[in-house]
Amino acid sequence: MDNTVIDIDSAVVSYREDIALRGVSLKVRTGEFVGIVGPNGAGKTTMLTVVNGMGKLLHGRVSVLGHCPAPGRGCCVRKRVGYVAQVQNIDPRMPMSVRDVVMIGRYGRLGLVHRPGKHDWEVVDEVLELVGMTALAQRPIGHLSGGEQQRVAIARCLAQEPEIFLLDEPTASLDWKAKSDILELVRLVHDTRRLTTLFVTHDLSALPLACDRVLLMKEGLIWAEGPPTELLSDDNLSRLYDMPVSLVEKRRREGALVHS
Amino acid sequence: MDLSIFGYQFMQNAILSAFLGGIACSVVGVFVVLMHMPFIGVCMSHAAFAGALLALWVGLNPLAGAFAFSLLAAAIVGPLADRGELSPETSVGVIFSLMLGLAFLFMGLMPGTKSSALELLWGSILTNTRGDIILLAVVAVVVVGLVAVFYKEVQATIFNRDMALSVGIPATLTLYAILFLTGATITASLRSIGGLLIFSLILNPAAAAYQLTYSMKRMFVLSACFGVLSGWAGLLMSYLFDVPSGATIVVTSSVIFMLAALFSPKRKVKGWRAETAPGGDSA
Repeated sequence: MDNTVIDIDSAVVSYREDIALRGVSLKVRTGEFVGIVGPNGAGKTTMLTVVNGMGKLLHGRVSVLGHCPAPGRGCCVRKRVGYVAQVQNIDPRMPMSVRDVVMIGRYGRLGLVHRPGKHDWEVVDEVLELVGMTALAQRPIGHLSGGEQQRVAIARCLAQEPEIFLLDEPTASLDWKAKSDILELVRLVHDTRRLTTLFVTHDLSALPLACDRVLLMKEGLIWAEGPPTELLSDDNLSRLYDMPVSLVEKRRREGALVHS
Repeated sequence: MDLSIFGYQFMQNAILSAFLGGIACSVVGVFVVLMHMPFIGVCMSHAAFAGALLALWVGLNPLAGAFAFSLLAAAIVGPLADRGELSPETSVGVIFSLMLGLAFLFMGLMPGTKSSALELLWGSILTNTRGDIILLAVVAVVVVGLVAVFYKEVQATIFNRDMALSVGIPATLTLYAILFLTGATITASLRSIGGLLIFSLILNPAAAAYQLTYSMKRMFVLSACFGVLSGWAGLLMSYLFDVPSGATIVVTSSVIFMLAALFSPKRKVKGWRAETAPGGDSA
């Protein structure tokens, strides 16, 4: 049986005069953990927006979970796709608690008019437990640190009970400890919930080594793909980032420190 | 104090108008404050004012003109805020000044006395008719009803539009509904509070409530209470000191805001944390 959940066929996406994706094709199978690496502006984030139906295709075809996501009519797909973005600035006075924010994850599935019931709050408390945020559940959302915020974002995705898990630089601007904690959590979530995960990063030290497959992206194209051990060679990386190998090597050592 | 004045029909109309207008404006204010777009309120109230003047000039119902113009402003501001083509402040600022310019242009073109135009600028809650009250009641019921029924969509959209979209909530539609409600509320309250002053009845109660609570539901309720309180206390002062009611309503709402800001628990964020989470996390 064909177990492809994401099927992107020669997708072209452009923002004003810039072309963000120049004909990218990708198939992802159920349960795969795919890392997407590349410099800023390579089209990594755009790739994720194509999957959750927020990005508009100029050309090509996308099928996610058997549906065609598109702006305006992507709601049914989006409910089944969890999306974690970078740490965001949240107004410290925002009148929402951590629990309220995680509950937003349930809203899409609940549908219009329906109110969250007892079961929904149980799901919320359960995922807060999983990400280790139970003690802070009643905190105003704006009072959290970056690492805590990302835990909440992951909890919100899980409350959504998604089938696909998209992470867009979830560890950008976090310190090393918070970064490695989040990476561990992502892996745990991927394994225990049997999700299909796409993990985007420009930072090699933030790439979970447990990826099944890595895509290297540059200038709107998939430049290389394969298992992480083969693909992340000095030669590939220095060409990807246009940087001498010695510097890349230094970065990789930094990466090894994080994962050790 | 002689309170026999409250037995008169016009005073009862004013009290009812202040109640309904206070609720509608201050609920809309919560959107404006939490979405960080205070200028949208100013922009729409001036658009409504310009529209009303245009209608007066050509001899139509001023409320119809006000409604059309505030919806027009919403239709222009909405996509700009949504797509982020220009910074929303810039685009709203441009439209705001255009509307103000148009308002004065129409006023200049109008023949005869300008009293009906000035009335729209300053508002005159004491001359509200049964028709005005019915309009305010309809708007207040629609605003409160929609927020209650679609509370979760509204809450998620206010918090973060991209996040709301990504979990499958029709956030763009919700944003337009919010802008539409803002326009309708401003139009309905234009005659009572006036085009220049209405903005503070939108902003102040919500900004005051914002200082006092970390729960969005409570913020809606508190804001509505402050809105009604401003209206009633303003009316009373207007009567006692024989000054224009629009002005006293606005001054009262500003005083409420200042008191709230002064006693806000949010000013002491550190103290709050230590209090509620003794030795809590290691963040």
